[in-house]
Order: sequence, then structure tokens, then C-alpha cells
Amino acid sequence: MGVEAIIGRCQGLLEDLDLACVSEWKAAGEGRKAIGFLPVYVPRELIHAAGALPVGILGAGEELEIVRGDACFQSYICHIPRSTVELGLRGKLDALDGALFPSTCDVIRNLSGIWQLMFPEKEAIYFDVPQNLDPQVGGVFYRGLLAEIVTRLQRVVGRDVGADDLRAAISAYNASRRLVRELYDLRAAEPWRVPTSEAYLLLRAGMRLPVEEHNELLANYLTAVRDEDRALRDNARIVITGTFCEQPSLDLIRTLEHAGCYVVDDDLMLVTRWYGPDIRTDGDPLDAIAEAWMSADDETPCRYVADGTRKGQQLVDSVRRCGAEGVIFAAPSFCDPALLDRPMLQAVLEEEGIAYTSFKYSENTAQLQPIREQAGTFADTIKLWSDA
Amino acid sequence: MKSTVIKEPSMVQQKEMIADHFQQLAEAAEHGRKVVYTFVPGNLTELMLGFDTLPVHPEINALQSGMRKLSGSYIAAAERVGHSEDVCTYVKCDIGMLLDGNVGPTGKKLPDPDLLLLSYTGCFTFMKWFELLRERYDCPVAMLHVPYQADGEATEEMIAYVARQLETEVIPKLEQVTGVAYDRDRVREHMLRSRVAEDDLVAVLEAAKHRPSPIDAYFGGVYYIGPMFTAFRGTEAAQAYYRQLRSEVDARVAAGQGPITPEGLLDEERFRIVVEGPPNWTHFREFWKMFYDEGAVVVASTYTKVGGVYDRGFRHDPDRPLESLAEYCLGCYTNLNLPSRVDMMADYVRDYAADGFLINSIKSCNSFSAGQLVMLRHIEDATGIPGGFIETDLVDPRYFSSSNVKNRLESYFQMLAQRSSGQEVESA
Ligand code: SF4
Ligand code: SF4
Repeated sequence: MGVEAIIGRCQGLLEDLDLACVSEWKAAGEGRKAIGFLPVYVPRELIHAAGALPVGILGAGEELEIVRGDACFQSYICHIPRSTVELGLRGKLDALDGALFPSTCDVIRNLSGIWQLMFPEKEAIYFDVPQNLDPQVGGVFYRGLLAEIVTRLQRVVGRDVGADDLRAAISAYNASRRLVRELYDLRAAEPWRVPTSEAYLLLRAGMRLPVEEHNELLANYLTAVRDEDRALRDNARIVITGTFCEQPSLDLIRTLEHAGCYVVDDDLMLVTRWYGPDIRTDGDPLDAIAEAWMSADDETPCRYVADGTRKGQQLVDSVRRCGAEGVIFAAPSFCDPALLDRPMLQAVLEEEGIAYTSFKYSENTAQLQPIREQAGTFADTIKLWSDA
Repeated sequence: MKSTVIKEPSMVQQKEMIADHFQQLAEAAEHGRKVVYTFVPGNLTELMLGFDTLPVHPEINALQSGMRKLSGSYIAAAERVGHSEDVCTYVKCDIGMLLDGNVGPTGKKLPDPDLLLLSYTGCFTFMKWFELLRERYDCPVAMLHVPYQADGEATEEMIAYVARQLETEVIPKLEQVTGVAYDRDRVREHMLRSRVAEDDLVAVLEAAKHRPSPIDAYFGGVYYIGPMFTAFRGTEAAQAYYRQLRSEVDARVAAGQGPITPEGLLDEERFRIVVEGPPNWTHFREFWKMFYDEGAVVVASTYTKVGGVYDRGFRHDPDRPLESLAEYCLGCYTNLNLPSRVDMMADYVRDYAADGFLINSIKSCNSFSAGQLVMLRHIEDATGIPGGFIETDLVDPRYFSSSNVKNRLESYFQMLAQRSSGQEVESA
């Protein structure tokens, strides 16, 4: 499959708000179940091991008019809970048999309760990842939580989940993370070859497809795109941060690119590339998943950084590693985690002499011209300084 | 309504306790006392007292700044240094106060913390708040992760996890900062005192089941919970305060009196209301007046449970101090899932024979506000009573529209009046 066909398929999946692809997958096998999950992190391995399809619930983008979802929320709140409720009330999440709500923030936390109240027939599992990273304390709690989630998933799918099922799932997702890392490395090295709009569509496809199929798609893309003849432009290399939960629209991502930015790193779709090394496949698989979380030094605004001197360091490292020339803080409106983190991260960038600019968006931001102008000016300024 | 301002002994007592506390804070350095900044929900006061530390609660400073009409300029100062208009205004108010010299409500500068005790019970923003303060103070942080009661219960695993963190994270840091060793018996003694005061507080809150209610359990309630939710739980002073308060409320019940408002005793109780959500602090008096002018008395509120749900049976248990503190943290109101919050509100409406219920949705507080409109519908279904909904903020004066709030409240009370006269006609 060529790049165009792969990206066309991903685009189709992104636009599949009714989750027809999930219904089709379920219909293809006896008793198949699908479990949704919200950003930022859940171990999809558990769902896969239970034979169910993990499906990302990532809002409705710019496509859906929000009517009933708006009636459920106060004025000052980000967009993702509105669109999630809208999708649910319009029957667009009917293909899901339950959902995991990670402890990302108070909004997603409360959304788990809204789901319980509105969709009582569906499973609602709150996923309270520990902030205490001591293996004997947070680790023990987390191991227990994983076991509890497996038990609940077993109830949904109506069968037992064994250690080998979990190991096979870990292997499949290790392969996925390796491919995603390869994609990100290639984009950082040759951003003209891998536009972020394409990388993003590929990752979004992973929120719908079974992991094995998605891995094949990623591998095919990585082969095909290396043969593409794509022109190198004099764009500014930037890192985007703040987009870890409510997603910017594809148009917004394209707008940044058209404004002269090569995105060389970002925090979009973090669930696809958590932790550094692979999760081990020997020993107890739940221990292995817990250890991976406890030892990962991935930083997001949803995770407590115990060592204050490390705060923001990951962003600086990303800028250096990817050869970025600046950072764009793109945060969803009314997003406490992203917006409260921002001044701390900006202070670190200032100390390091790294240029940045900031704006807010929502998944359905229609007016992209101001963002285009701001990003364009930022890119021009960066180029001016780097050429001087 | 009688127009004389009544100052009951308990009010004087509380004022003195607060003044004394701020005096101690002002003299902390002189006396070698260590200062711990911490939050109201999930506060570990008995444990902190066991190390002879002095607590500072940034939310209380923020609400005091709101009441003293300083929060607007503090928030503006925080926004000038890069904080977004969109985020929790308590945080910005605190940062602004810090930028302005960290002068507390008594006009004295607050001491810097020796420890930031970050228990983020019921709200993720607490974590960001202390990450931000950590940048400005050179002191350790003890972080206590309190899991969420997503399925409506505190499990054994959750309790063990929180208790283990107290042992391995919080106590060692308190020991390190104070140089005092953890003394289980000392903490137990404070917990014994807490229990007594907790019984008295519950008796006060439940007195609102009388008709007329002798208290306002929201506007008046925020004063009643003050000592229990802050530096005093577990002290002799708090014990004495609640004993006194209870006797005053008992006397009002015996005399068939209504609550005391800023304009004196309320003579006629027209509407009994349950309220969900925190109050607005910048226009607190004006907001309260909108209720008592209509004869509306709040008979139960959820805000008065953010620092503990004593009326639902929780008591500090000196025989299992750390587990009991863990249960306390897990049980604070905003750590309860939405179905539990709906149940609590519906129970209040029934148990306190309320005529209506109101939600005050706080602009910048997702912990409380996200999902309140869904709660509203479920409470209506459970009680058969229509609810009211208003939007304000805690401390950002830009988000309190007096005319808007007043109009909404007036229409709501009018609707309740029509409803009750309709019911009277039906039952006649
Ligand atoms: S966008 Fe921000 S505030 Fe909204 S749900 Fe996501 S993390 Fe929470
Ligand atoms: S979001 Fe709400 S609960 Fe959290 S700190 Fe702000 S006001 Fe308090």
C-alpha cells in the first residue's frame, strides 16, 4: 500500500464518528467486545489480553454539532466532556461495551460518574494510576488495581484472562511502541518526509484498529514514505506541547504546517508511546506493566514530578534531541493541567534560551487564521534569528 | 427580622482562635515553630499537631482575600505573570497574594513554609498548585496521593495505600523538618478530642432538621465548619468551641428560633433549601442576603462536607490512627463519585424536608462543577423536586453578576412558592 492509500484509510477511520469500524470488527467474531478509553494513559494491553478491542474516545473534533452535550455542562469547561456525552447520547458510542477513565484530571474523573449515571448498562472503570512511585507503596497499589481491572474485564468478555494472554498483548504493544518511536525518530530527522498531519492520522488509526493491524499499517507507511520524493522547505523546527488530552483538529495541525512549522516532537496521543524501553515479557505480566509505569520518567501535566529540579526537563530534552528551534504551547481552553503547567515550563525554557509562543484551542476551533498568523510569525522570527 | 447584630459567645471564641493562630504564625520563627502549608480536604491536622507544626491553608487565605475584596487584584497580578484567565482562581489568588508580600488576613506577613504537605484529596489542581509554590519556596514537599472513590467506596487497598504513604512519605518528612519523632499516642490524643468535637458539629448540622431551622447550613455553615476544617481539629479550643456552639443552637431550637443572619435573627422561614457547590466569597454577604430577604434558609449543603463527611458517620478513630486518617482523606466530599454525590443531595432533600435545591456552579472549579447539570437532573428524578442552577466564581469578582444571580434566585423562589401553594390547594 502506498502512502496515499494508507493515509486515506487513516483519514476514513478518523472520520468514522459512528464507530462503524468497531461494529464491523465486533460482528466478525462471536461475542467480541470493545472497550473505550479516554486520554492520557491506560494500559491497552489489559483490554487486548481480554480479547476486546481498545478504542480511543477522543472527542468529536470539528465534525459534530454539540447540542445535548452542552446542556450537561457549565460554561467554563474544556470541550472533550461535552463531545463525549454528545457522542454517547446520539448513540455513536453504542459499539462500546464499557470505558476506562484514567485519572487525567478532575474533568475526566467526573466524566466517569456522568457515564455511570447516563449509561448504566455500560461498564465504567476508573483507572487511578498512582502518583506515588515507590514500588512498595504505589507499586503495590497499582498491581492491585491492574488485577482488579482484569477481573472486571473478565466479567465483560465472559472469559478468563491468563498470563499468556497478557504476555502476548505486551509483545504486541511493545512492537507498536517501537514502530511509533521509529515514526517519531524519522519525523525528527526528516520532518519534510513525515508531515505531522500524516503521523497524527497514523496514531489516530491506532485508536480504532486492532494493534496487530495497526502495526502492519505503521510498518507499511514507514517503508513507503522512505521512497517518497518530498521537498525540503525552509521551515522552523518546533515542538508542540499541551495537546495531550483534548485533541486539536487535523485542520489545526495542518495550519501549523502551512504556517511554516515542522513539528519535530509533540505530546499528541501519548497513550501510544509511554515509557522508554519495552515492557518485559518474562515473569508476572501485571508486575511488568506496573514496573514499566513506576520506572518511566515520562512527564505530563497529569503526573506529579517529585523532583522539582526535573520539572520541564523532558521538554528541554525533547527540544535538544529533536533539534527544535522553538516550542508552541497549544493548550485546550479551560484545561487546568495544561494551563497551570505552562508558566512553569515557560520559565524553564526561558532559562535555557528556547523561544516559545502560546495559544489556546478547542477541538472544534473554526477560526484558524489567527493561529496561522501567530505560528507564521513565530516561525519567521525563529528563522530570522537562526539565519542571523 | 430583628436588626441588632447578635454576637454569640461561639463567634467571639472562633474569632479569638483565629487571631491567636495568626499571631502564632507571625511569631513562628521566633519560637522555632515549623510551618506546614496544606489543603483543607484531606488535612492531617491531628498528625501535624503531633509534630507541633503550624498549618497554613492557602484556600482559606484565598477565600479570606475574596471576602476582603483583595482577590480581584491578586488574580490580576497572577495573570500578569503569565497565568491563564481560564484556570482555578484560588490558585491565582494565592499566587497573587504571594507576589504582593504574602500578607495574611490579620495584616501580618505569613511565614514561608518549612514543608508543603500536598494531599490532593478530591482535586488534581492541588497538585499543580503546590508544584507552583514549590518553585517559589526552598522547602521539601510531601505528596499524598489519595485515590478517588470512583465506585462509591473506599476499598481496603485504597486505605492501605494511603496509610502506607503516611508511614513512608508524610511522617518521615514531618520528622525531618521538625526534628520531632512520630508519637502515636500524641496523635491519638488529638484524635480523641476530634471525635468529641465531630459529634458536636454533627448535632449542630442536624439541628437544621427542626422547623424552623435554627441554623443556616451554608452561609452560617461555613463559619461552623471553620475550626473543624482548619488548624484546630483535635485541639482543646476546638472541643470547647463546638460544645459552646451546640449549646447555643440547642437554645435556639428550644426557643423555636430561626438562624442568625448578618441582619439579626430570621423570623420567618419560607423556603428550606439544600445547596450543592461552594459559595461565592467576593459577594458573600450580598449573596446571603438574596436568600434571607426571601426567607430562604439553607438546611443542608455539600460544601460543608469538603473537609469531612461527619454527618454520614465518619469519626476519627484513635485506635487506628493512620488508617483512620486515610479513611478521612478518602471520604471528603469532592472525592466521592457523582452517583454518591447525587445520593447525598437527594438524602438531604428528604431528611431535611427541603422545598428545593440549588446548585452554585463555580466557574473555575472542575472538581465540583464538572457534571453538576447531570447531577441536577438525577436529583430531580430522585426527589421529584425541581432544582435551581446559578453560575458564579469563588474569588474572581468578574464572574459574580449580582443582577443575574438575584434574578435567577428570585424566579426560583417564586416557582417554589407557586409549587407549594399548588400543593396546598391540591391537599385542601
Ligand atoms: S482537556 Fe484538560 S481539562 Fe479537559 S479533560 Fe483533558 S486534561 Fe482535563
Ligand atoms: S479546582 Fe476547586 S477544589 Fe481544586 S483547588 Fe481550585 S477551587 Fe479548590
